[in-house]
Amino acid sequence: MKKKMKRNKGLFFILPWIIGLLWFQMYPFVMSLYYSFTNYTMLKEPKLVGLTNYVRLLTSDMEFWPSMKVTAIYALVVVPCKLAFALIIAMLLNKNVKGIGMFRTLYYLPSILGGSIAIAVVWKILFMRDGAVNHLLSGLGIGPRDWLGSPNTALGTICILSVWQFGSSMVLFLAALKQVPASLYEAAIIDGANRFQCFFKITLPMITSILFFNLIMQMINALQEFTSAFVITGGGPMKSTYVLGMKLYTDAFKYYKMGYASALSWIMFLIIICLSMLVFKSSSAWVYYEDGGEF
Amino acid sequence: MSRKKRYHKIISYCLLTAVAVIMLYPLVWMLFASFKGNEEIFRASLLPETWTLDGYRNGWKGSGQYTYATFFKNTFLMVLPMVIFTVLSASFVAFGFARFKFWGKKFFFALMMGCMMLPNAVMIIPRYIMFRNMGWLDTYLPFIVPCVFGGGSFFIFMFIQFFRGVPRELDESAYVDGCSSIMVYFRIVMPLAKPAVFSAMIFQFMWSWNDFFGPLLYINNVSKYPLALGLRMSMDVNMSISWNNIIAMALVSIIPLVVLFFCAQKYFVEGVAATGIKG
Repeated sequence: MKKKMKRNKGLFFILPWIIGLLWFQMYPFVMSLYYSFTNYTMLKEPKLVGLTNYVRLLTSDMEFWPSMKVTAIYALVVVPCKLAFALIIAMLLNKNVKGIGMFRTLYYLPSILGGSIAIAVVWKILFMRDGAVNHLLSGLGIGPRDWLGSPNTALGTICILSVWQFGSSMVLFLAALKQVPASLYEAAIIDGANRFQCFFKITLPMITSILFFNLIMQMINALQEFTSAFVITGGGPMKSTYVLGMKLYTDAFKYYKMGYASALSWIMFLIIICLSMLVFKSSSAWVYYEDGGEF
Repeated sequence: MSRKKRYHKIISYCLLTAVAVIMLYPLVWMLFASFKGNEEIFRASLLPETWTLDGYRNGWKGSGQYTYATFFKNTFLMVLPMVIFTVLSASFVAFGFARFKFWGKKFFFALMMGCMMLPNAVMIIPRYIMFRNMGWLDTYLPFIVPCVFGGGSFFIFMFIQFFRGVPRELDESAYVDGCSSIMVYFRIVMPLAKPAVFSAMIFQFMWSWNDFFGPLLYINNVSKYPLALGLRMSMDVNMSISWNNIIAMALVSIIPLVVLFFCAQKYFVEGVAATGIKG
């Protein structure tokens, strides 16, 4: 009797979450799959059209593949750069330098503010034709460029904004690096290992679980990027920053092609799932769990 | 200290400082530019030649009809309930996960962790349609109500991790003394979980303060605009006319975040480290 009471109690406590899950996650999730097979436009009732939306997206939509390409480039630049920066700075900070607290704070600050619209606005002004970035670069003898006006550099500008926010990953790496036992390094140095060997044979293997986690989360975020492209460049020039998030927003909330945009969102979902699965599957080969992988 | 070691240290410091300068430059530029007149914004010098508060004075007026006072008020009306409900409901749910055995617990836990990786993009459209049909557009309910029901996997997981570190013996002795489980949650576990509570509050405050996409979809009425939308409106309305106003207001809009960050950075760092999750 008492045992049964206790069983109910646990469910009682998680009940709010279950309601929220069904209401705000499962229901929308299922409905978006349903909408993706309809021609819903908010003006008329949804009508099932089979795979039409998917077929049209993949074969005859002029924006889809360019948008995929832009998003892929964005993710391929941002995720590795961000992680590499975070790791390098974390390793420098881990050397018992004085003032580590101050540096950590300063590096973390952009991660706090970077997601805000305020920073996006400032970014836009900084990279304008006669903005501060061009002034600084002209000091180095590099001619002024139209960073946001040229299709070659606009995406890069947005990538820089994202990489600038490496602080949160850095804090994670720093916590992981502190866990690596110093005895390992001491033993390795006695055996005559150099810095590079220490890094690749000790440091990197010991922090793979955090690296793995960071990789997945950053990837999911990068593939859904929207705000910076929307505010800084509006997807332009010449659609060079028209990421999938922008396309989703435009199709759904400008043209109200809800069915069509739902199909797009499912394609994004499938890409994210496939990539995550790939990383998960490969993780057994490169992620090292000290406790045997128990969660 | 050997010479080589000292040499390495100096290089580390130089590198760290150089990176810090580059990283902080945009923020420092923003600070000084906010005191510049509009014609000075695009000049090369970092410091303003003539210091002026015009940007603040004129920028604050917002759209004319609605000042930034309205946008600030709206942001707080949206963010504070989100913070409070998130902390309460996420810790409540986490207490269930951390302290009880129940049917399907493993399954539910896996589901919850899985939801953390469920991309938002796939749920946006039906959510929008649902909130519209319920008449929730132009209110803050689409933001607040989800926080009442669980508040998101991230926060639940954060509390679970923390509760695991709170000794169970405390609960047991409270039960022996005749406390109910709700009393144990309120009287024993929650007071001990203060660091987790602070971390959760800070993160939720930061994320909802910065949120742009949600308000963009659900809030159309200017009188309900939070800061994020107000700023974008200022930018669209002004169209390259008065950048100093926009920079000044951008700066004002992030002051609460900066203040919070410097007051509570300990909890930021601990929160990140405890859950191992991005910020």
